[in-house]
Amino acid sequence: MRFSLILWCLPWAFRLYAWRSTKIRALMAARDFTAQVIVKDGSRGRWFRFAAGRLISGAGGCADAEVTLRFKTAALGARILIHLTSGMFQFAWPVLKRFLDPMEVISAAKNFAFEVLGPDELTVQFTDILNAMLTHGWRQGAPAGNGETRYVNQTNGGPVFVYVKDGRIVRITPMEFAADDPDPWVIEARGRKFSPPRRATLSPHGLASKSLVYSPKRLLHPMRRVDWDPKGARNPQNRGKSGYVRISWDEALDIAAGEIKRIRREHGHGAILNSHGSHHTWGNIGYYLSAQARFMNAIGHTRMVLNPDSWEGWYWGAMHHYGNSMRMGGAEPYGQLEDALQHAELIVFWSSDPESTCGSYAAFEGTIRRQWARQLGIKMVHIDPYLNPTANWLGGKWIAPVPGTSPALALAIAYVWISEGLYDREYIDKRTTGFDKYRAYVLGNSDGTPKSPEWQASETGVAAPIVRALAREWGSKRTYLSCGGKGVAFGGANRSATGAQWARAMVCLMTMQGLGKPGINFGNLGTGAPVDLEFYFPGYAEGGISGDIEGTADAVQNYQRLAHLISMNTITQRVPRLRIPEAILHGATEGYPTDSRSLEGQFQKFNYPSPGHSPVRMMYKYGGSHFGTTMESGRLADALRSENLEFVLNQSIWNEGEARFADLILPACTNFERADISEWAASGGYVHHNHNQMNHRVITLQHKCIEPLGESKSDYQIFLELAKRLGLSSYFGEGKTELLWCREIYLSSDLAKAISWKKFLRKGYYVVPPETKAANRSKTSWRWFAEGRKKDLPEPAPLPAEYGGDYLQGLQTQSGLFEFESSSLKRYGEDPQRPPLNTYIPAWEGRRTVALYARYPLQLISPHPRFSFHTQSDGKEGAINDIADHRVLRDGHYYWIARLNPADARARGIAHHDLIKLYNERGAVICAAALTERLLPGVVHAYSSSAEYEPAGEADGTPDIGGCINILTPKRHMTEKTSASAPNSCLIEVQKWQRGATGP
Amino acid sequence: MKKWNLVIDVAECHNCNNCFLSVKDEYVGNDIPGYCAPQPPHGHKWINILARERGRAPMVDAAYVPTTCNHCDAAPCIEAGRGAVKKRKDGIVLIDPEAAKGRRDLLAACPYGAIWWNEERSLPQAWPFDAHLLDRGWSTPRPAQSCPTGAFQALKISDAEMAQKASVEGLQTLRPELGTKPRVYYRNLHRYTKLFAGGTVLAAAGGIIDCLAGARVALVRDGLVIAAVDTDAFGDFKFDRLEPESGVYEIRVTHGDHRLVPVSFEMHRESVVLQDIVLDLR
Repeated sequence: MRFSLILWCLPWAFRLYAWRSTKIRALMAARDFTAQVIVKDGSRGRWFRFAAGRLISGAGGCADAEVTLRFKTAALGARILIHLTSGMFQFAWPVLKRFLDPMEVISAAKNFAFEVLGPDELTVQFTDILNAMLTHGWRQGAPAGNGETRYVNQTNGGPVFVYVKDGRIVRITPMEFAADDPDPWVIEARGRKFSPPRRATLSPHGLASKSLVYSPKRLLHPMRRVDWDPKGARNPQNRGKSGYVRISWDEALDIAAGEIKRIRREHGHGAILNSHGSHHTWGNIGYYLSAQARFMNAIGHTRMVLNPDSWEGWYWGAMHHYGNSMRMGGAEPYGQLEDALQHAELIVFWSSDPESTCGSYAAFEGTIRRQWARQLGIKMVHIDPYLNPTANWLGGKWIAPVPGTSPALALAIAYVWISEGLYDREYIDKRTTGFDKYRAYVLGNSDGTPKSPEWQASETGVAAPIVRALAREWGSKRTYLSCGGKGVAFGGANRSATGAQWARAMVCLMTMQGLGKPGINFGNLGTGAPVDLEFYFPGYAEGGISGDIEGTADAVQNYQRLAHLISMNTITQRVPRLRIPEAILHGATEGYPTDSRSLEGQFQKFNYPSPGHSPVRMMYKYGGSHFGTTMESGRLADALRSENLEFVLNQSIWNEGEARFADLILPACTNFERADISEWAASGGYVHHNHNQMNHRVITLQHKCIEPLGESKSDYQIFLELAKRLGLSSYFGEGKTELLWCREIYLSSDLAKAISWKKFLRKGYYVVPPETKAANRSKTSWRWFAEGRKKDLPEPAPLPAEYGGDYLQGLQTQSGLFEFESSSLKRYGEDPQRPPLNTYIPAWEGRRTVALYARYPLQLISPHPRFSFHTQSDGKEGAINDIADHRVLRDGHYYWIARLNPADARARGIAHHDLIKLYNERGAVICAAALTERLLPGVVHAYSSSAEYEPAGEADGTPDIGGCINILTPKRHMTEKTSASAPNSCLIEVQKWQRGATGP
Repeated sequence: MKKWNLVIDVAECHNCNNCFLSVKDEYVGNDIPGYCAPQPPHGHKWINILARERGRAPMVDAAYVPTTCNHCDAAPCIEAGRGAVKKRKDGIVLIDPEAAKGRRDLLAACPYGAIWWNEERSLPQAWPFDAHLLDRGWSTPRPAQSCPTGAFQALKISDAEMAQKASVEGLQTLRPELGTKPRVYYRNLHRYTKLFAGGTVLAAAGGIIDCLAGARVALVRDGLVIAAVDTDAFGDFKFDRLEPESGVYEIRVTHGDHRLVPVSFEMHRESVVLQDIVLDLR
């Protein structure tokens, strides 16, 4: 009865909405077709015929209906129809939600008790009409005066207000909170009260967003390479050289879907490789781990394995001493802000530049806290070959070791501590194993070489008195160690030949000082803010709508929260990201996985191709350029030109990097041109509770601020269009638009308890009230371990089976103690460059590789970039190009900057802002020289991750003028039995360059 | 009458460029009739961050000075503009986007180089203090809004209050000798305009050389001690705010019973980092 009643109402609803909305009227007039909604046994139902924009409807089924929604029972049909249309009845939601179970739709779909049948074109047409009715009248954004509407969006560098007028973005600003947003947290320390301002900070790359939306390099139409014919000559050798012809979306999608089917039929399992960046434009739906993973799993693909490229040394090294595999070896990030403000006397920044790299996605949230630390008189030391912006701004002692030699410096610090008794013996006795062996090695008892300050000087170039002074300061003060940009991992020295040694040395040093005791911890005040961590909103790595329980962190919470179908890639063949060129060119390679479940997951070597699988014949590339982040980048160009690849598809926003090597280009839009939902910096996955970097948790509805530019489409829409051509649209989209998925995610989170959908839609953001009660704030990292208690931090890691003794008691190591001699590496025993005891092994490329050093006497370091986010927001003729410290305009071209000491420049006749060629046997890159005393002689600094890859001449091997520094860096792995990148071990030579000059 | 001023702290600017980018975001592609024509997508630096390094590795620092239209009270561009440039009651100087067409001569009128030439529109342009936003009720202009360190602050106070503040806090304007009366003030400008002399004190004892903390270092000029500091844990000391070309100085280091033969240096146009000073403690 209820079912029939709802069906009887539907035609009236159709007519009502058609009358109220021209958009819905147009949708209903777009195609003539008949749909029916019926019960499986045909006993009840109703048909709807759309003809010339008019609707005729009648009771019962209709034999020639093209679209059928079929329910097993009328009762089920009634409940699902109410659920699917509940968005229309916002006023009744508080009552309705008590009767509805979102999971019922999913269960019914999985059991085929609820089916959508018919040609995909028409089923999507029917749900489009329904969805347009559902979302009709949903008002978004706030009037901002002057004819502008203020929308909300989110970037990799912070949340933003977006002011739009007449369909065009006027400005994008950082967010300032309204009077009804909650007051921030307060921390009391040393007689003072600290509280952050009522606003969100924003990174430069976020602030430049408008210039990137309207970049002249936007791809606005689907394009086919002129000399690539899917039915004829494919000319793979011309990829990156030949031009493009504009084609229609229909043609492009037909080609893409046709090739997907052809390649699967002709070559079999595994022939499609999905390649994507490790980041994307922000959002929980349009993200690579969300819509993309769902689609790629649905078509089956050889998976690209991302190496943990910001955590290398921590993952492959440090975690074997102290666990934390679920954080890729990074340290626990809880409670350190309050602890540091209250107790720390010294912060040692070691390869750590948070003012440039902004933690992870955290903009300048930590900046004011570091100012507080300075006001409190907390002393600072900065160890970095470059006087980085954080060091220059905060002040304090700058110590500049020779790149790659920091592990030797660390050993000498340990030597002073042991020699002078400046370490925590009780902690060592109670909480660690293997210290005797470590001490014997440090003192030289086991190998005859005391690792004294004098010994290290010949490696690091740091004078022995400075090392002794540092060791004594550190050993006598309560000290925080900030390693990498986030303070608890990320970037810098861990991405070199000695990266694992360095990260291992860092955890050994902190353990000697009593890690977890008051004022003794990892961090730079960037993490551990007392926000409410319990308020649930999914981070992007929880997979959004992907349903990918294997490839994302969906299983952690999202799977139980969000009503969504799971997806699963049935193809087990994998390619390590940094070996894609070898896989394509040579047909064989190997790798070690990024598997965070255990310490041992990384030892499970895998080979490509997998037994019984096809080699890769098609590449589906998605997102930003890989050239800028692939060591020996030129390999990638060679691979893309290989005839082994029959089809290269690129779905990209901008015409940059690999897009110019594609056979077919599908133009995607930015996050400002589609709807999404997300939380600032909430990543989930490897960085659980990443939002405790923030001064305020900011959850946003990412409004669709403007229509997609040109013919570009959202990634979700592109995948849906392809899915239509593969018969997958109902499975892929579950009948939802992106905005309806936003509502599902809203409903799956604690937002639904805190703010109405209507208000959230309008306002666009919600600030989670902070933890005000001290008892509810998370405890300080490692305190539990220091005090010998069970772990009391709010992270569900390590997994239960990882404990040797009682659950939550001790570390993830075999002994449960900190292991100076790692039992997991001892058991593995197969990587001589990663011995169980962390011994100093000079870099395989550096000053000790004498013959190479004689030819290439400069060490190149290439840290994460300051103004761009990896390749995002660099190039593209955007605003970042104009930053004086990012690129230099010479002869109409924006050159990447390479920094070098004036003495090195003088010796080569180079003046400030001269164009110079950086080169070695791997290639050559043209940069603008910046002469600086912030580097010692012998070291060159150029950020990594240029978005541009522009070989200057036609012939291969000519210098790049895009600034693609990784052309120069080695593809060699950190140690033999890892897939770790090591770009900071790189020797080069530099010379003055003039346009037209030939290569080395 | 309250008027707008900027107070920029050179020591707090870490060159993130958010001020520069926010101004580009506000004006590129936006025509604001009565206030400002669109800024070209590239080339203009309405906020121009000057940079200067002092010293040499490993004792070095870099200073960043965001400069912009000074919104001078005695603005040469207003005089030269003959009606093309106006001073508002709230202190903001606006180049009229209509009346100033073709007036390339205005660039030369500004002694600070803060006016940029828009080739396409044949128009001189400078940062108009986001006057259109302030007139709509915004509480602060965008560069101040987006600054993460608080280095860039906009204040709407009376001229008397501003003068008092500048005097108490030691704020400076750029090239005050020109008499243009800028409304943009700087804190810690010495990081850009003045020099330092510094070095490291070591002590040798029993064949081991160590950094010497707590040594008294005096800066002497013409026989008079003009400043004194103690070395830090690394034996480092630094005297800042020294004038360029200010002649010969002496450094005297004392520690306990020991006194070192003075080291002298001459201050030219660059900061001075002395050779390590080694005290023999015997």
